[in-house]
Amino acid sequence: MNKPVNPNNPLTLKERMQLDRQPMPECPAAERAHSFTEVNQGYDPQLANCEAMRCLSCAKPTCVVGCPVGVKVKDFIDLILAGDYLGAAAKIREDNVLPAITGRVCPQEDQCEGGCVVGRKKESIGIGNLERFVADYEQRTGAVGLPERAPRTGKRVAIIGSGPAGLSCAGDLVQRGHEVRVFEALHELGGVLAYGIPEFRLPRAVLHQELRNLEAMGVEFETNVVVGRTVTIDDLLGNEGYHAIFVATGAGLPQFMKIPGEDLNGVYSANEFLTRVNLMRAYRHPDYDQPVYDCRDQEVAVVGGGNTALDAARTALRMGARTVNLIYRRSAAEMPARKEEVRHAVDEGIHIMHLTNPVAYLGDERVRSVRAVKMALGEPDESGRRRPMPVEGSEFEVPASIVIVAVGTTANPLVQATTPGLATTKRNYIVADPKTLRTSREGVFAGGDIVTGGATVILAMGAGRKAAQSVHEWLTTGVWQMDPPAQITSTPAV
Amino acid sequence: MFPIVAAQELAKDIKRLTLFAPRIARRHQPGQFVIVRVHEHGERIPLTIADSDRESGHITIIVQTAGKTTALLNMLEPGDCLLDVVGPLGKPSEIERYGNAVVIGGGVGTAIAYPTARALHAADNHVTAIVGARTRDLLILESEMRAATDELLVMTDDGSYGEKGFVTDALRRLMAERRLDYVLAIGPVPMMKAVAEVTRPQAIHTFVSLNAIMVDGTGMCGGCRVSVNEGSQFACVDGPEFDAHRVDFDVLSRRNRQYRSLEAESMAAFHADPTPDLELMRAAGQLTREIGPHPARMRSVAR
Ligand SMILES: Cc1cc2nc3c(=O)[nH]c(=O)nc-3n(C[C@H](O)[C@H](O)[C@H](O)COP(=O)(O)OP(=O)(O)OC[C@H]3O[C@@H](n4cnc5c(N)ncnc54)[C@H](O)[C@@H]3O)c2cc1C
Ligand SMILES: Cc1cc2nc3c(=O)[nH]c(=O)nc-3n(C[C@H](O)[C@H](O)[C@H](O)COP(=O)(O)OP(=O)(O)OC[C@H]3O[C@@H](n4cnc5c(N)ncnc54)[C@H](O)[C@@H]3O)c2cc1C
Ligand code: SF4
Ligand code: SF4
Ligand code: FES
Repeated sequence: MNKPVNPNNPLTLKERMQLDRQPMPECPAAERAHSFTEVNQGYDPQLANCEAMRCLSCAKPTCVVGCPVGVKVKDFIDLILAGDYLGAAAKIREDNVLPAITGRVCPQEDQCEGGCVVGRKKESIGIGNLERFVADYEQRTGAVGLPERAPRTGKRVAIIGSGPAGLSCAGDLVQRGHEVRVFEALHELGGVLAYGIPEFRLPRAVLHQELRNLEAMGVEFETNVVVGRTVTIDDLLGNEGYHAIFVATGAGLPQFMKIPGEDLNGVYSANEFLTRVNLMRAYRHPDYDQPVYDCRDQEVAVVGGGNTALDAARTALRMGARTVNLIYRRSAAEMPARKEEVRHAVDEGIHIMHLTNPVAYLGDERVRSVRAVKMALGEPDESGRRRPMPVEGSEFEVPASIVIVAVGTTANPLVQATTPGLATTKRNYIVADPKTLRTSREGVFAGGDIVTGGATVILAMGAGRKAAQSVHEWLTTGVWQMDPPAQITSTPAV
Repeated sequence: MFPIVAAQELAKDIKRLTLFAPRIARRHQPGQFVIVRVHEHGERIPLTIADSDRESGHITIIVQTAGKTTALLNMLEPGDCLLDVVGPLGKPSEIERYGNAVVIGGGVGTAIAYPTARALHAADNHVTAIVGARTRDLLILESEMRAATDELLVMTDDGSYGEKGFVTDALRRLMAERRLDYVLAIGPVPMMKAVAEVTRPQAIHTFVSLNAIMVDGTGMCGGCRVSVNEGSQFACVDGPEFDAHRVDFDVLSRRNRQYRSLEAESMAAFHADPTPDLELMRAAGQLTREIGPHPARMRSVAR
């Protein structure tokens, strides 16, 4: 037990277990609550080394199992200890092409860090923080070596959507020598990374660097193309001469609760609020033209408990809101948001109302308040979480002149509705074979949120890479065979 | 970038711009619109595609100054470029052989209604166009409308041209004369609401095109939601045309007022000094000609 298992780490296992997790340096809550600068400031080499020293270099690293794309965590930590930060970055890039992003936004506590053995006794290794450290180091030194591009194959692939799924698929395919063009409906690239996740969690510079890398590798981008409207899948496979398509359109359609008052002025979907602020820079009105309701000195209510709800709440706070109440129908333990974001939000002054659900929005011209009801947890539902039930007679009002609804999103149907023979689920997600991501249409693949429903950046990215592998096989073999239809519901058009 | 290949002033503060946008021209159907962002700091606004030509890859938009972005658009000339144009968005108009069709355009609504009027005519309907304007000088597309329909009735509020009165007066008269099978009304919300009330008793199939405030135009933000049949619909993907008898126009008017004060602020700043916007466009290579202080045009924009 006391013999060092890693030549780069002088500490015994026992000594390692005694070390505490290195906290991530943060911009102080009082300061950051009024600015869009990044909350987490990143490890420096010394902090990164101290944190890496805590790793037990397990023979069977369970952290790797916890990562949806199997990043070789132990190996990259090892390279950090050896002082080879670029090597560490390269090691991560074998499985994850956007480490500067995932290091910041992955729900690590449920994934790699959730699997880390140290977590049973103490706080787990700060894997996300270390991943971010090496990726930032790479960006700072500008030393990221772009992988070599295989000889041109003459095959053309169209990718629909520039979120993490589309981007990672594009990167892999261009490396294999295919011609790749990404079509994006909006005027900016990045999907949720651009319009959803705010600057204080993911600075745009980080995203832009990744986009430049892809461009340098030869990926072409065309913005302002809504597939299904500007062009169809059939046009792309026909006239435009593409040999394969990867649909990665995400799950961007906002849901509302269908309760009274949702059409009042000042009631936003989180998508609208975040798009106005992040994509259109409404927080800089009138220097930027897109307006958004002035949050200064207002009482804001946000409905929901996921990352989106927290991002909206913290954005409203940064835009000057006097109070922000987050209304969530389950209890703290069930909140799907990243734990770190919840902690940050509370530190900044967001008030979370657990076990509370809105039943109506009140107001005449503009929303004035939320009528809410207290909830109690009943029997577990299909998701395994206890189902919240309204407590009779517990209605009360939460004053709010701006309400932001973040109760989930669903599939955007434009591609499905305009692509004959493309099988979809009852809820209009695209059906794709889980192993190959092939859809019911020959030459068409799909992955990311448009297949799984709203999930995570790393899962979308993993899907993009899997699709790239599968597209490559199809382009090189020309054999389109579907596995027995495990989950294909409608008839495939062969 | 999307170059402007032609520009023509149709009336005071109303301009027709022809853009090179071949993908959009190829797929445009009557009733659809584009979303435009003029420059890097610009907002996204919807504008109907008034015409398109597959061969040349041109689309035409007709813009009436309503605030800052439309005022800026009205200053542009051939050779200038728009940064972003996306479309064609929205559901196309439902073109069928209805029989007696009436297409009503109020103000710049005439431009929005024009492509649908023409398509209805081509689909063998007897098409009557009723176009309304406050006064003669604001009337647009008269000859185009006349050529594209069987009959054209002009109404002005002040009687300076055509007949004095509202478009609903002409509509009532037509209803008394013959059976109408289809009505499309596009214009200011009060006008569309009035038309809906006129045709409701006879349950004439009546459509309106709703000018909700939009951002993305693809169903992603929900900002354009309108109240139809007591439920919520997204104007950009479920519309913009809806059954007039099921629309709650008061909700539409209310939601369209959301940003009044911020819009006024933008307009005032632009009017006081348009150079930051023009410089932004020049720096991005969107504007190559000399732009003077433009006193005349700015005055007309100012009102
Ligand atoms: C506010 C917010 C915060 C989040 N925070 C986190 C987090 O902290 N950690 C985490 O792991 N996950 C987070 N998520 C979830 C994560 O962002 C998504 O799961 C992920 O982005 C999905 O990737 P995707 O590539 O499938 O789709 P998206 O990122 O949604 O990208 C889809 C792209 O396709 C485009 N598109 C759609 N339709 C068309 C069309 N017809 N034609 C052309 N283009 C089209 C869209 O404009 C968009 O750019 C968050 C999500 C939101 C909304
Ligand atoms: C489907 C559709 C088609 C349209 N077609 C045309 C057309 O062909 N020609 C034309 O001149 N106008 C058209 N409009 C209206 C046009 O979009 C608005 O006049 C324009 O957005 C005003 O912007 P602004 O900055 O000039 O004025 P602002 O001062 O910003 O706004 C003036 C008024 O315009 C409306 N408006 C503001 N922003 C938006 C927005 N993002 N989306 C929609 N409405 C907004 C609001 O009611 C506002 O009070 C159309 C609108 C829709 C929804
Ligand atoms: S990709 Fe995400 S889950 Fe995987 S190791 Fe990195 S931070 Fe952890
Ligand atoms: S499980 Fe934890 S301690 Fe073990 S190798 Fe992974 S990160 Fe290191
Ligand atoms: S404009 Fe965003 S959903 Fe219609």
